[in-house]
Amino acid sequence: MDAIIIETIIKAVVVLAIISALAGFGTYLERKVLAFMQRRLGPTHVGPFGLLQLAADGIKLFTKEDLIPQNANRLLFSLAPVITAATAFIALSAVPLLPEFELFGYTVKPIVADINIGVLFVIGVMGAGLYGPLLAGMSQANKWGLLGAARTTVQFLSYEVVTGLSLLAPLMIVGSLSLIDINNHQTGGLSDWILWQQPVAFVLFVIAGFAETNRTPFDLLEHEAEIVSGYVTDYSGLRWGLFFVGEYANMITIGFLASLIFLGGFNDLWFIPGWLAIILKVSFLFFFMLWTRAAWPHVRPDQLMWLCWKILMPLAIINIVITGLVMMV
Amino acid sequence: MTHVDMAHPYFGAFVLFVLTFVAFSATLFLQRFVSRKLARLDTEKLKLSIYECGPQPTKQPNKIGTQFYLIALLFILFDVEIIFMFPWAIDFKLLGWFGFAEMMLFILLLAIGFIYAWKKGALEWHSIK
Repeated sequence: MDAIIIETIIKAVVVLAIISALAGFGTYLERKVLAFMQRRLGPTHVGPFGLLQLAADGIKLFTKEDLIPQNANRLLFSLAPVITAATAFIALSAVPLLPEFELFGYTVKPIVADINIGVLFVIGVMGAGLYGPLLAGMSQANKWGLLGAARTTVQFLSYEVVTGLSLLAPLMIVGSLSLIDINNHQTGGLSDWILWQQPVAFVLFVIAGFAETNRTPFDLLEHEAEIVSGYVTDYSGLRWGLFFVGEYANMITIGFLASLIFLGGFNDLWFIPGWLAIILKVSFLFFFMLWTRAAWPHVRPDQLMWLCWKILMPLAIINIVITGLVMMV
Repeated sequence: MTHVDMAHPYFGAFVLFVLTFVAFSATLFLQRFVSRKLARLDTEKLKLSIYECGPQPTKQPNKIGTQFYLIALLFILFDVEIIFMFPWAIDFKLLGWFGFAEMMLFILLLAIGFIYAWKKGALEWHSIK
């Protein structure tokens, strides 16, 4: 029993360290990819290829003045960024990150908490992450913050319905909520991917994932032309940085969910070993999010709601009904 | 890798919960300590005031439209539906035609409510004037 406790704690520390480093690296990657797509160079000055830009930004954020504006609720104002960053990592605890591997003759399962309702847990914790932006916007006595928080809430809530409904159809095929079981259902290579059976669900899930991580076609919460910076208007320094870390960790989580449920997970693909396969899949989805940001404009808030409730949600329900009919007959 | 039922499967999530909250709070605490030493402290009134375009704001009407509440109500309706559908989806093959027909009836009832909300204009985004 003690061995399991120590193993779990080590795994938790490693996941926290690696994913927060990757989330920080994601900001560098985003700037670089966007720059190349717009024929610029991006960060170049600090270190080789600007790689140390991340460290420079960290030092800058860390040494900034710790500022709480007047009339703000001090407790909620300091708590909100911690909630955003923490929930992003707690959601990752139920996600199997890599296939099993041997380390010093000891078999390691790279999943922090092997929960039998993994999908539901991840969606639930990511939904609880909404409290971060909501409390952030409401704790500052600022109308831009409040408007940003209201928009975030509406967007998260609407697209959570689409996320849940789009995941139901693959779950009907697999018959388990554990992400490991879903992964093991697709062991037979490329033709076994759930993507081929559920293309509509995959598209819906990716769209909803974009909305839940505030990526570009749906990043209305920080729409400068309308509401300044949304819920982060009055934030500065490391608190603002924590919102960023949370957002990028959420992107990684959505990438893992999409690869595990639809794209074959960490099973071997042709000559590619499983661990490399899932890293490539998640990297591609991450790159796809940056690519969309370079290629697509914003949508309007009313278009966002209209898209979610009038198109995506009926489509998801029809997808479930058709899946059910096909499976029964 | 296979899924194994453990005695306390949520222990890992709890560890990560405690770890992340402690780690991020400690980082913020450390940052407050460091920035007191390094940053230029300046408690000018206008800087501490809430964000506006330069003048010192006096009073702000912090109101949001009722549309946001309406969408939140719709969410409660449909998210409860989804939570109800998750167990059904897992045991889909077990429940057979009977379960399928029951769920279709449930979806039909919800669709009637959804069409009602649509016709009432709950899904339109009204401009506030």
